[in-house]
This record gives sequence, structure tokens and C-alpha cells, in this order.
Amino acid sequence: MFVAIGSPKRLSLYTISSSSHYGMDSRVELLTPEGLRVDGRRANELRKITAKTSVFSQSDGSAYIEQGNTKCLAAVYGPREVRHRMQALADRAIINVEFNVAPFSTSERKKRSKNDKRSLEVATFIRQTFEPVILTSQFPRSQIDIYLQIFQHDGGLLQSCINAATLALIDAGIPMLDYVCACSAGCIDKVPVLDLNNLEESADTPELTVAILPRTGKVNLLEMESRLHIEKLASVTELATEGCMQIHKILDDVVRKNTQHLKDRLTS
Amino acid sequence: MVKEIDPSINESQFLLSALKDGRRVDGRGVYDMRSIELTFGQDFGYVQVQLGKTRIAAKVTAEVVRPRPDKPTEGMLLFNTEISPMACPTFESGSRSEEEVLISRIIEKAMRRSRAIDTEGLCIVAGEKVWQIRVDLHFLDHDGNLVDCACIAAITALLHFRRPDVTVVGEEVTIHPVDQRNPVPLSVHHIPICITFGFFDNGEYLTVDPSYLEEQVKEGDMTITMNIHKEICALSKAGGIPLEMDQVLRCSQIALVKVTEITEQIKKALEDDKAAR
Repeated sequence: MFVAIGSPKRLSLYTISSSSHYGMDSRVELLTPEGLRVDGRRANELRKITAKTSVFSQSDGSAYIEQGNTKCLAAVYGPREVRHRMQALADRAIINVEFNVAPFSTSERKKRSKNDKRSLEVATFIRQTFEPVILTSQFPRSQIDIYLQIFQHDGGLLQSCINAATLALIDAGIPMLDYVCACSAGCIDKVPVLDLNNLEESADTPELTVAILPRTGKVNLLEMESRLHIEKLASVTELATEGCMQIHKILDDVVRKNTQHLKDRLTS
Repeated sequence: MVKEIDPSINESQFLLSALKDGRRVDGRGVYDMRSIELTFGQDFGYVQVQLGKTRIAAKVTAEVVRPRPDKPTEGMLLFNTEISPMACPTFESGSRSEEEVLISRIIEKAMRRSRAIDTEGLCIVAGEKVWQIRVDLHFLDHDGNLVDCACIAAITALLHFRRPDVTVVGEEVTIHPVDQRNPVPLSVHHIPICITFGFFDNGEYLTVDPSYLEEQVKEGDMTITMNIHKEICALSKAGGIPLEMDQVLRCSQIALVKVTEITEQIKKALEDDKAAR
């Protein structure tokens, strides 16, 4: 942020740093008594979501999603020939997921190795989430690759990856049973809150990520870290499911708009 | 790498039809866990846990190191899980198989993220010397449900472990050897226990503590980590068959009952061991 100080003839530019070291402050108030969170949202509000598909020319399907400040990019290649013959399955396609967090995505530059346990865990979760949903039995002896890249990390990595992967798979035309919509929820001061950002996540709040299939409402992925009392589980999962339904509507709108655009181009 | 032999159609059909009758192949009830045996070693911090035929050994060691620069007043807690082919021929030694990554992440989430061990109490001199507690888990025999067994082994070993006593006078730090002063136990806030469920036939039937055969046949699984204070420390249902939300809630109730039983058993075994020394 630059400020011009001084008389118009002699302009000096000063930079005012607007970053504060959250980690070293004493507890930042995450939920004010009026019900407002750090970024001004209420407890049950999602962050602003923008999504685009077909952002790459090479890949069969791709999508870019922004949830608040978290930016995620997904590229899907497939179904194509398996790279290692030994891994080919005779009756269905294998799904391969690679998940990468860019070193510039956090406020401090941090290079994460590709074989970092957390990245491997997220990749495995995403693969296991999509395996029952993608109709893999239609493509025996082939491989579907999903590449995910995080450009900016402001909380909700797993949920934005799943949403981006869903859009990219739809863009690639790979048959699926249903959308997979994911949303995170947590509990701050015994109040269930929706869609946590990085500050709320790192403050040791219990965080629950849910991925559901909207048509049936069934849960595909359920991940929770940090302690949550069992009596709160029902309300937090309900809030997360509602959030997923809202996200489903947004993603569906994007897909329909793109398809309408294609249809118009074809028929015009 | 040895390819895993899928169970025969006979075996899997027999398992499913037995489940429809509410019975399991090894004679247990649907909600029964296998019997747990805890064997402590001579030294503090070594325990061997046997869950049915699954066997895991855990050893806890402590070392004085420099703390991390961003957390100068906290000690470190490391978990090392390397599955060797000794447990099961389908594992390769040294490679990071997916199952090993998932197991070690669940243990880390259950113990470290839920703050089971007080890491601030491990600090000796802020910014210079802290205790680094290292838990090594050795998987000896795999007969299903490595996660639950590993969690019980890890937390029991941490409860059993005694670290050397330390006195800090000004700048001088004296670490008393074990024969001079009695070693001190770690401060454990709560005891997280993992309970794993297996789901069959489109989510219709569930089993607690799946055996090896049940793990090969299952369509989905879920691990709930809880403590006796009714707090859920971690929940992991990654993929597999999609479930209804109330099934998840019901499983958490079942898990609570099991966790209470197991915690009682661990506490009793620790007391018996203490009396025997």
C-alpha cells in the first residue's frame, strides 16, 4: 500500500505494511459477540465462490475455482493409456491424483516436497472420494489423471480441490454418478461456523470437511481434525451439508452456463 | 512386490451371507472387538499390543534437541511408522505405500493435532533445549485393523514412558540419569483411541474392528478417534461407499462405548504393571 506524502512538488512514496503477525499475537477474537467473524461473515455464510472451466488447451478437462482467497486449479487427462502396464486393471480405469501446493501460496514462502505426507494424504483422499463416483468400469485398462495445484492457501484446501476436480471431470466429459460437492465447517466457541479460512483453521478450531453427492445427500468423504464434543457433531455436519448444497447450486450454474454457451456457438 | 491375492468368490459370499444373519466369520458379534492383550517391556516405554492376531510393538524414546524456530517453547513429538514386509508380504520395505501414509497420518492427527501430550511441558530452556519424544511403531503381524492397534500401542507406550528428570538452575541444565533420580512420566491430557468400522453391501451392514478378510471384502471404512470425555479427536471416512449422515452419527455412539471399554483396559494394565515393578 503506497501513500503519497508531502507537497505536490516533492512527492515521497512510503509503503505502509499492512501485514500483522497473527501467529505472535495473543488470541485473535474469531467470533465477536455480535456474531461476526474475522472477515466480516456471519457464522453460516460461505465465502464468495467463482469458478471457470476449460482454462487449459492441452488437458481434456480443467477448472479453476476461487473460494474466498483460496485459489485452486484442476486439470484432468483421460481416459488414456496407462503409463505402467503393470498397474492396468482389466475391468476398470485407475485414477491417479497428484496434489501440489505452490511455495508462494502461504504468507511465508515454504517449499513443500512432493512426497510430503500431507500432500500424499490429500491426494489419496481425493482419489478414494472419486473412485466410487466415476464410472470407471466403462474404461478398462485405462487411466484418468487428476492434477491439482493450489496457488493461494487461505483455508479449505481439501474442499476447493474436490470442487475443482468435480468441475474438471465434468469438463472432460468423464461419466460420473453425481457431482461431488465439498464444504468445510467448524465450531468456534460452541457455535457451528461454515467455511473456515486459514486464520480460523490454524487457531486449533475443530474443522470438519464433508463431501456429499447432492442428489442422494449421501456422504462420500468426512474428515475431521482437532477435538469436537460428540454432541456438536450433528449440528456441525448438518451445517456442512447445507453448505455443500449451496456450493452444488453454484457449480451447477457454472456448468450449465458453459454448456449453454457451447450450444449457442454451435447453433449460431 | 508381491501382488495381493483377492479372496475367492466363495469366501466373500460366505462373509456377506453371514453378515446378513448378523454373524461374522470368526464367530464375533457385529459390534464386538477382538480381545486386546498388552505386554510391557522391562524398560519404560515399550509395549506390545495384540488385537486378535494383529500385533504391533511401540517404543518411546526421548532426546534433548533445539526447538523449532517458530515454536520455541514447545517440545516435539514424532511418530515413525514403517510397515515392513514382516507384517504382510504385500508391503514393500522402505517405500511409502498409501496405506502406511494413511495410518501414520491418522496416528498423528489423533495424538499430535488433538494435543494428547502436553508439548509445552516438554520445554527445558525456551528457545534452546526441549525434549523430542519419538514413538517408533513396528508392525509385526497384520490380521486386519492396523490403525486401531497402532493407536492403542502408541498411547499406551506414551502413558508407560518415563523421561529423565531435569533441573534448571539459572543457565545450568542438569539431566539426572535414571539411576540417580526417579524418571518422570509425560503429562497426557487425554487418551485418544481409534475405532475402525467396515461397511458392506452398499452400506447396509457394518462391522467393528474388521479382520483381514473383512478388510479385503469391505466396500468402505471409517475411523473414529475418541476419548472418554466424549470428544471426537479425529474422524476419517475417505471415499468408499457413500453413507447416510445418521449412519455416521450412530457409529460415533458405538465408538464411544468401545472407547470406554478399551480405556478401562489400558488403565488396568498400566496399574498392574506398576504394581509388579
